[in-house]
Amino acid sequence: MGEKLPKVPGDPDTLSRPMRTLRVKMVLLGSSGVGKSSLALQFCKDEFRRTSPTVGCAYLTQVVHLREVTLRFEIWDTAGEEKYHSVTPLYYRGAHAALLVYDISNRDTFIRAQVWLRELEKQYLSGSTVLWLVGNKGDLEQRRQVSAQEGQSLANDRGLFFTETSALSGDQVEQLLLGVAHRVCECVGAQQGALSEWKETPHVDLCHRNTFNPFASCCKVGP
Amino acid sequence: MEGDSQRASASWENGTLAPGEHLRSDRADSPLPGLVEGTEPGAGQKSAMFVHAQSFEDLTAEAEEEVRREAEINKSGDGEEELKVLVGEKEQHSSDMTSESRTKEEDVTSEAWRSHRKHVFVLSDAGKPIYTRYGTEEALSSTMGVMMALVSVVEAEKNIIRSIQADGCKVVFLTKSPLVLVGVSRTCQSDKELLRELHYIYYQIVSLLTLTQLNNIFKNKQNYDLRRLLAGSEYLTDNLLTRLERDPGLLLSAVTCLPLASSTRDTVSSSLQAAKSKNLVFSILLAGDRLVTLLRKKDQFLHHIDLHLVFNLVGSSSSFREGEGWTPICLPKFNTAGFFHAHISYLEPASELCLILVSTDREDFFNMSDCKKRFMERLSKRSAYPALKEALKSPTYSVEQVGIPELRHFLYKSKSSGLYTSPEFPDVYKSDCEQERLMGLYQDLHSSLHHPTRPLRYVYRCGDTENLLAWVTSGFELYLCFSPLGTKALAVAAVTKLLKWIRKEEDRLFILSPLTY
Ligand SMILES: Nc1nc2c(ncn2[C@@H]2O[C@H](COP(=O)(O)OP(=O)(O)O)[C@@H](O)[C@H]2O)c(=O)[nH]1
Ligand SMILES: [Mg+2]
Repeated sequence: MGEKLPKVPGDPDTLSRPMRTLRVKMVLLGSSGVGKSSLALQFCKDEFRRTSPTVGCAYLTQVVHLREVTLRFEIWDTAGEEKYHSVTPLYYRGAHAALLVYDISNRDTFIRAQVWLRELEKQYLSGSTVLWLVGNKGDLEQRRQVSAQEGQSLANDRGLFFTETSALSGDQVEQLLLGVAHRVCECVGAQQGALSEWKETPHVDLCHRNTFNPFASCCKVGP
Repeated sequence: MEGDSQRASASWENGTLAPGEHLRSDRADSPLPGLVEGTEPGAGQKSAMFVHAQSFEDLTAEAEEEVRREAEINKSGDGEEELKVLVGEKEQHSSDMTSESRTKEEDVTSEAWRSHRKHVFVLSDAGKPIYTRYGTEEALSSTMGVMMALVSVVEAEKNIIRSIQADGCKVVFLTKSPLVLVGVSRTCQSDKELLRELHYIYYQIVSLLTLTQLNNIFKNKQNYDLRRLLAGSEYLTDNLLTRLERDPGLLLSAVTCLPLASSTRDTVSSSLQAAKSKNLVFSILLAGDRLVTLLRKKDQFLHHIDLHLVFNLVGSSSSFREGEGWTPICLPKFNTAGFFHAHISYLEPASELCLILVSTDREDFFNMSDCKKRFMERLSKRSAYPALKEALKSPTYSVEQVGIPELRHFLYKSKSSGLYTSPEFPDVYKSDCEQERLMGLYQDLHSSLHHPTRPLRYVYRCGDTENLLAWVTSGFELYLCFSPLGTKALAVAAVTKLLKWIRKEEDRLFILSPLTY
């Protein structure tokens, strides 16, 4: 396969011919505590760490190389708390991909994901947005409250993609991001100009030269 | 140096505190500097960074009239019986502890729960529980009911209930419609100090929601369960309460700085100054709980309470370490009606340095992100950045450096800048418990200096474990802790010596030339 997961350094093939980098806006929605931030951390840093609840929203980036194109995911990890509800449209408006995350060991969060879905369908999203239902905490099999079938059939009914993940073990996390990347290319990328091109700004460049790069952690700029 | 004429002290509420020009020339060699505001060590050269820093008074001013009218209210009657329920008789409350949601699960009928030194409860006007420091609100609903009964009884009599004393406990009420805050304390803090703390809690809640939103919610639905909106943020209030016990800044209504060579600080400040943007109001660079620098829009002042709320937010959450944070925040002393939007990020993943960019526009994320990049770009081109990182290794200093043998610890606040300095706690006060005890002593002294009817300018207290001296002038506030072997004469001599030392070090310990965009 000519595509690589984020952590693999670029192969000579991609280095030889410059590839376009397109910006993809992705939003993580769902109740607080379902593991949105943990998933975001897995997407971007390949690690699991316990962190405190998200305040407002966190912004992270990650680059995914596909055969034809490089995608720069700009990930908006929302807090999911009710008090921030009024600002959430900021984050899903214009999103190319939305992950609706729930916790398989907590049925309320599954219901809550459907509320988010209704809001998305009603309000802002065009048909070209990739909607993905994500059942996280797949490692908590013994405490499962929502079966995989239930998730899958909701997804089928509403035209969503579906994956169960574990941000804890990392299971299916890379596959999820890659899957989203492909679908975004298919659904959104087909429309000419739907994705804008990413241009490295000069000051980021300068940081590279100085060996001091405060952004390196969250923004691995592709080769 | 730019002209002294710009001194913003002239813009303080009534302008009378601005020092005369003649005093400013004495700056360097005055033997007892700073008896007048604006000339004390640590006073800024051009402009104040905060709204006028004497704000301990404006925190409690409303409360004071009442206190003056009747120092303590109505201890008898219905109140007393009900109070016993609150503060720890052996009666059992009915309680069903079903909720697993709070980690601070604790049986509210237990002895342990009753014996906490300080409880804080927040309820709505309608008596709905909103917050409790210990245990869960559900389990406490009967207790909350009792409190509401107390509040309504006294309000009906056209008294606003302030405080009740019983069984070694003091209960203090603060009504800030639509909220009622109640503190139950076994400490010997004054009403005023307890009220000050309740005010902080009130502002913490407002900063999450805005007062406008709070009012609207309760106007539409008197019975609203506010915990829904505060869910996930209780830890901010918990942490703020801990800070109130430990952080001298909250006591002094002041902020402390990272000790830093002034040339380095100036470079950092000017790099930040260059990274401006139309809607950017404040840029704040923190090293842990210490201020490295603060930039503000001309004519916009940050209040120290708002700054402490920002400190609390940043210090309480590790979530800003992942990527860049973007959150609505209300700065209640600035404006209770609206949200600012704060871009919060660390300069490097493992660094203590956290940059907070406060914008008026909720769609300003990428502009703020760009400001940060420009700041980093400038900073990394200069030697200031390594110097700043070096300074992080010694964020504090030991009292030995002052060279006064009997002196164990001190707090010094420059009133005009709203900044304070203090050495690290010496070994005798290293444990949490000893530290809180010393803070308690400082709070006592603070109460005496700020007593609503009989404020003292000067206090000296001898004790078995330490001697204390406190002194307030129009320029500064000073609290010193000496070994119990010292004498009063030594203590008084130490003040002069200490002030000289602070004057000598003020470049490093304070922000003397704050900038604006
Ligand atoms: N067992 C398990 N725990 C997880 C998983 N993902 C997250 N968590 C935990 O769930 C809690 C909430 O996670 P967080 O990422 O903050 O959720 P968010 O509020 O949706 O961002 C944390 O204690 C995480 O450590 C997972 O896949 N499995
Ligand atoms: Mg989160």
